[in-house]
Amino acid sequence: MENILSILVFFPAIAGLLGFVVDKDSARAYGITVAAIEFLLSIWLWFSFDTANAGMQFVELIPLIPDFGISYYLGVDGISLFIIIMATLMTLIGMMSMSITENIKNMIITLLFLEMTMVGVFVALDAIIFYLFWELSLVPMLYIIGAWGGPLRVYASVKFFLYTFMGSLIMLVGMLFVAYVYHNLTGVWSFAITDWYALVLPVSYQLWLFAAFFIGFAIKVPMFPFHTWLPYAHGQAPTIGSVILAAVLLKMGTYGFVRFSLPMFPDAAVMAITPIAAISIIMIIYTAMVAYAQKDMKQVIAYSSVSHMGIIMLGIFAMNAEGISGSVFQMLSHGIVSGALFMLVGVIYDRRHTKLMSEFGGLASVMPKYAVIFGIMLMASVGLPLTIGFVGEFLVLLGFYQVSPVMTVLAGTSIIIGAIYMLSVYKSSFFGPVTNEENKKLKDLDRKEIWSLIPLVLIVVWLGIYPKPVLAPIDNSVKAMLSFMDEKAITKEAKDMIRVSKTTLNRGEVK
Amino acid sequence: MLQPINVSLESLNLITLAPMLVAIAGGLIILILDLINEKLHKSLYVMLTILILVIDFGATLGLNVNERGFFDVMLIDGISIVSQLLIIVASIIFTPLALTSKRFHEYSYPEFFALFLFMVAGFQFMVASDNLILIFVGLETASLSLYTLIALHNRSNSYEAAVKYFTMGALAAGFFAMGSAVIYALTGSVELYRVADILAARMNEADLMIAIFGSSVLLLVAFAFKLSLFPFHTWAPDVYEGASAPLAGYMSVVPKVAAFVVSIRIFGMYIDMGIEWVRVVILVLAVLTMTLANIMALVQEDVKRMLAYSSISHAGFIIAALALDTTEGTTAIFFYYALFMFTNLGAFTMLWISRHKVRRFDARFDHPYEKFAGFIKIMPVGAVIMAIFMLSLAGVPPFSIFWGKIYVMQAAVNSGYVWLAIIMGLNSAIAAYYYLKLIVYMFLKEPVKDVDTVYYNLSKPLMAVIGMAALATIGAIFYVQPLVSYIYYMISASGY
Repeated sequence: MENILSILVFFPAIAGLLGFVVDKDSARAYGITVAAIEFLLSIWLWFSFDTANAGMQFVELIPLIPDFGISYYLGVDGISLFIIIMATLMTLIGMMSMSITENIKNMIITLLFLEMTMVGVFVALDAIIFYLFWELSLVPMLYIIGAWGGPLRVYASVKFFLYTFMGSLIMLVGMLFVAYVYHNLTGVWSFAITDWYALVLPVSYQLWLFAAFFIGFAIKVPMFPFHTWLPYAHGQAPTIGSVILAAVLLKMGTYGFVRFSLPMFPDAAVMAITPIAAISIIMIIYTAMVAYAQKDMKQVIAYSSVSHMGIIMLGIFAMNAEGISGSVFQMLSHGIVSGALFMLVGVIYDRRHTKLMSEFGGLASVMPKYAVIFGIMLMASVGLPLTIGFVGEFLVLLGFYQVSPVMTVLAGTSIIIGAIYMLSVYKSSFFGPVTNEENKKLKDLDRKEIWSLIPLVLIVVWLGIYPKPVLAPIDNSVKAMLSFMDEKAITKEAKDMIRVSKTTLNRGEVK
Repeated sequence: MLQPINVSLESLNLITLAPMLVAIAGGLIILILDLINEKLHKSLYVMLTILILVIDFGATLGLNVNERGFFDVMLIDGISIVSQLLIIVASIIFTPLALTSKRFHEYSYPEFFALFLFMVAGFQFMVASDNLILIFVGLETASLSLYTLIALHNRSNSYEAAVKYFTMGALAAGFFAMGSAVIYALTGSVELYRVADILAARMNEADLMIAIFGSSVLLLVAFAFKLSLFPFHTWAPDVYEGASAPLAGYMSVVPKVAAFVVSIRIFGMYIDMGIEWVRVVILVLAVLTMTLANIMALVQEDVKRMLAYSSISHAGFIIAALALDTTEGTTAIFFYYALFMFTNLGAFTMLWISRHKVRRFDARFDHPYEKFAGFIKIMPVGAVIMAIFMLSLAGVPPFSIFWGKIYVMQAAVNSGYVWLAIIMGLNSAIAAYYYLKLIVYMFLKEPVKDVDTVYYNLSKPLMAVIGMAALATIGAIFYVQPLVSYIYYMISASGY
């Protein structure tokens, strides 16, 4: 199946359309089946993926609007492959664990459309097609937060929409400008990213364009100080919304940096290392501290999620194979771990209808299975060795150490602060005597919840111990991208910076 | 004794008049039909109007590009053909909105349809000439018919709207006449191609600039009224509110297309002559119009008024393309309106089907936001389609207006106006808020009252119109290429 990517993109959308006909009571089973098929398709993609090939695979190219240079152009490489699989997996697991009963059919249809846009963003190789899916992903999320969320849901959903929409419009102007420059140089209109890679832009252009793309991506990540929409969105969103938001939607921003900003503007990216690293470190430390101050369990995880996104950003701008591969890996691990944590918070919220930590205490004795899984995920989030969280974080720090040891030490404090706030959550909620009468009769995880959480636990442990099957293709594509960036860079600093990474790469082979 | 004037019939090239004559003859046929039998149902007139417009469309399509006719008064260039086609298509798709399930006063008069056709002919004259006098005649024919059509809606605020529009229109016509007079005084001609030649030859004269300044300010004011540009936009929301929804939707497209064509001819000429401040003034007006209209739209309580401000803002968006004065910019104007037409048709039709004879929700407004609260629960498909129209207006891909927006923005970037593209982007973000507001009401709120009859005015023809508008909005990606290449070809063929 050479056109498997199109099938991956449109299968959920068609299923969503047909879903209007499915009876309300069967909608949930329908959704889970469709998501499972989609997940199996993405697994098939992995098996038919040639791991030795670092370039784009399964490429499809159909000119759509030749006068604009817009074409339907899809492809997948090692960087996007696993994010796609993670997106389909998290949609499936999120649907399985979903506890919403009200308007379930609308929810299922919305999730299927959301799945289309998520897969679409990661397979698009045409900037306009990328932008199309990028913007379209806002709409289902708006509906999910706004219709099933908490008391401030409308405010949170509109804030989420407008914030991201504004940023991406600036990015759109950037894209149009790149197309204009491309047209000037070649006489052809093209929005294909692979064509744009070939452009060698003067540094001043690169800086402006980098800034335009930065605004679009940074709001999505979200980077400090554009992160204020996220706590609202997470705080108000239903569990499934938070899971998808944290696991997949935020990754669109970091993926955008890897796909667009780095290869297209290598010199500007190298110049931006210090400011972005500074912002990332502020993000890591500041939001970790804010997380510690939260009373609401979900907010702790929301802020810790921002903090971890800081690590990912830092790794991307390490400009070497360890850092970027580590970042991509960390995207996966963050997706799985924070998704699982949001689901776990959802479990307790369904039972008690509160997320305040002060209401809990001693849960470990009432809900032992829950406590075990929560503990594992929490450790993975903190970055305990032999869990998935360790691999990415370690690689990122290793990669950035070559850029600036001081900053790496600062960023490394995130592990310590992370351990502090996470363990304090665990302590106050799970250990000690059961203080609240209501908690005494709480039921442990039911079958549905166990079945959705166990696969995640297995992945956390498996990839923590043996990350190679995932890490090798990522690393392969990242190295290809880096050597390409090195060739393309025009300033000496950029060449040096990127070349440094290549030499260490031969020496290192840390994995 | 005076010599008799000998004019050969061939030199008149009467075929250039054919499209307008079809419309006028059609209007007369409708009047005669009424004279013979006055008990005919409105559906007959609707279908007859559509058929006449179809012939009109065919006649326009058959014209050759870059021809003159009728003592060189008629000018059939690419712009005039594209704009006539746009005007006719818009008229065709807005006419079936008369076929509502409830009886509305104005459609029971055949005169409504006759006037409608006269108006179309007026707009066609306006765009198919570069003679300032014929433009004026076309403008007035169309405008006077339009005022009457608005007033026929037979409600107190329709009269208010018609009178307001008439007063403003008369003022604009006055400004236009005075501006033309100054041009005539300067050059001794009212034909723009001659005006351009004469002015170009006299550009080095010192005092000329003041006269040009006078004429272009007067003309700019006239067209700012017609295009509802800041600060001459204040009539628009009231008039839209008073007019019936189909006419309001129609007004947001057709008169503006016609006015844009004349603006391209006049101001494009000035910009081509290197009078840079005309461009600057238009750009400033464009930025102010889109920004202020967006801000005003944020605080509206009525969906129709919101859509009125949104149309103003879109007009501001497009006038910026005019200031670029490139082939792409000019293409963008028609391309944008071609896409905007379908989406706006859909949005206004949705208002029209939810129209009640009495105001059930609010003493002041016909379509307050509350009316649409919980629409998803009352009529799920309708709510989804309305949401798609709103997202399209907001510029969310892949819906139609997004393509228009990127074309305009790309044209701005290509001419070196990156700041303009950024302002357009930011404005789209502001605009997204008020479109989202309606979506929030439709999807995220509970219905306010027990309203089984929100879609009170629905009928099969209206459903078909909405379906078509929705299809054109969603499937834009598939017809953007032929549309844009046709328009681009026509525009570049006539040298703009």
